[in-house]
Amino acid sequence: MSAEPLLKVDRLSKHYPVTKGVLFARSLGQVKAVDDISFSIPAGGTLGLVGESGCGKTTTSKLILNLEAPTSGQVLLDGTAIHGLKGASLKQYRALVQAVFQDPWSSLNPRMTVGRIIAESLIVTNWGSRQAIAARVAELMVQVGLRPEQVTQYPHEFSGGQRQRIALASALASRPRLIVLDEPISALDVSIRAQMMNLLKDIQAQDNVTYLLIAHDLATVRHMADQTVVMYLGKIVERAPTRKLFDDVRHPYTKALFSAVLPPHPNRRQDEIVLEGEIPSPLNPPSGCRFHTRCPFVMAHCVQEEPPLRELTPDHYAACHLYA
Amino acid sequence: MSDAPILEVRDLHTHFILNRGVVKAVDGVSFTLHRGEVLGLVGESGCGKSLTALSVLRLLPKGIARTVKGEILFDGQDLLTKTPGEMREIRGRRISMILQDPQTSLNPVFSIGNQLREAIFRRSRANRAAVRMEAIEALRRVDIAAPEQRIGQFPHQMSGGMKQRVVGAIVMSGHPEVLIADEPTTALDVTIQLQYLKLLQKMQQETGMAMLFITHDFGVVARMCDRVAVMYAGRIVECGPVQQVFDHPSHPYTQALIASVPKMTGSTERLYTVEGQPPSLMDLPVGCRFAPRCPYADQRCRDSYPGTFSAGEAHTADCWRLAPA
Repeated sequence: MSAEPLLKVDRLSKHYPVTKGVLFARSLGQVKAVDDISFSIPAGGTLGLVGESGCGKTTTSKLILNLEAPTSGQVLLDGTAIHGLKGASLKQYRALVQAVFQDPWSSLNPRMTVGRIIAESLIVTNWGSRQAIAARVAELMVQVGLRPEQVTQYPHEFSGGQRQRIALASALASRPRLIVLDEPISALDVSIRAQMMNLLKDIQAQDNVTYLLIAHDLATVRHMADQTVVMYLGKIVERAPTRKLFDDVRHPYTKALFSAVLPPHPNRRQDEIVLEGEIPSPLNPPSGCRFHTRCPFVMAHCVQEEPPLRELTPDHYAACHLYA
Repeated sequence: MSDAPILEVRDLHTHFILNRGVVKAVDGVSFTLHRGEVLGLVGESGCGKSLTALSVLRLLPKGIARTVKGEILFDGQDLLTKTPGEMREIRGRRISMILQDPQTSLNPVFSIGNQLREAIFRRSRANRAAVRMEAIEALRRVDIAAPEQRIGQFPHQMSGGMKQRVVGAIVMSGHPEVLIADEPTTALDVTIQLQYLKLLQKMQQETGMAMLFITHDFGVVARMCDRVAVMYAGRIVECGPVQQVFDHPSHPYTQALIASVPKMTGSTERLYTVEGQPPSLMDLPVGCRFAPRCPYADQRCRDSYPGTFSAGEAHTADCWRLAPA
């Protein structure tokens, strides 16, 4: 790992206006989907982003993929701000940052052969001659564990696990530096998940590619990521190297997430922190600490005052008044 | 637990009959469910676990899938011989089901109160006011705050977890003796999943109903079930008390499933994997269905399907390695 991070997310916010009516639209407020978050990933590293629905993990990935423009803050790849790139440099960015999505049934074009799907990004970027592209496709198929002769088949002829391998091969085609993995294994069967996780790790070891792993399953994150970021309603509530975080959970929300992990054995039932109520609407987030409505340790000033992200031990950050 | 099981499935075969051939989705499934017991049915997609449940309720897709062989004894009576009218009286009353996605199991154009009152009225035939009171009470029991206000709301005004709790209230209002829960928490967030599992457990313990819990997650089994049956390619390959199966998984498939799940403790080195994929249900191997992926398979496994052998107290597995010498 080099000292200079490959990806730097700096005080990034994305607020969506909510309006009613079409012509004379009235503003109803803003959804602060992502609100002032910062983290960085060194080249060849993996950062796991954990949280429940509405926490902003998908918006974060859209901002990093340059599919949305931020309200404030910036995303830097190798020191270059990515929003505002145009023309050739934007095209180059698209080649350097790729994504694999959750559902391999909807992310592959059913009318294209596997070979065409994998070659697509090479064709649009004029990567090379037809022969060179065909050779690269065959190489990619082997790398992800498919047989090169399957190149003329269509996505429906493959199982979920194989489709996710195709999606991965197509993401790898342009030799990206960063791959956003948005719940890459949660749509797969249990016995196939381990295959996919091992494959992702093997590819990282070979190509030194960097991963941003978005997941809700803590055990997956523990297995894959060297850093973990926990989000709740658009905010980072805790951030630390994975090993540190899993050894010493600080934020009450993270504690609740950990206690919601189902036991690996009937004897190892743990103390469960059952959170009351639902995840609040991001349109109207609670005042002060956004978690105070469900927090078992809530104090009077949590309602008014928003806790800053504090460094508790080296590299371990949490946003909670308990540690003031 | 009384001795006679509330539900006993014997040698159930449910096949899809297509132009291209016969898909043997459920192919010789047998299990028993006792009163007050929670039985987990675990397996991967396409192993036949949901179709087993639909066969029990006789809700198979018409004209395509058919139960071709077997018996489903509910309280001693074979459900396969019931008339459609008799089945209607059993469904939702004596046997109920919770599906994976509350979005599709609730009707979007009726208020939740309407849907709940319908279920209560079917059982009690009470007057409007009494039914409404009971509906509010039912919502309160599934931990819905301010049920008097919520009762007039529509499904789209509620979150996924809340909708699934409404489904729970509807299901429980029939006072079922057997509840089939088909992956009820798969669509929910993790902290909401735990809430819902606790709620199901509370309802099960209060009423003493039997539960068939279909899942792909061994964590859910460890958290919720008394016994577990593991399905692979249309058959139950291992069945036993949860404790036993977790301590001594006896079928290589169960062993592999338990070993391949990432853990919250221990090493983060390479995960154990089972290579390959489940066989096509149109073209099942003659021998053990797991043999092509099994690290221990030999000629006997490829030639003939193993019998069901004992692997311990009340614990069985379909594997030749357990055959008495």
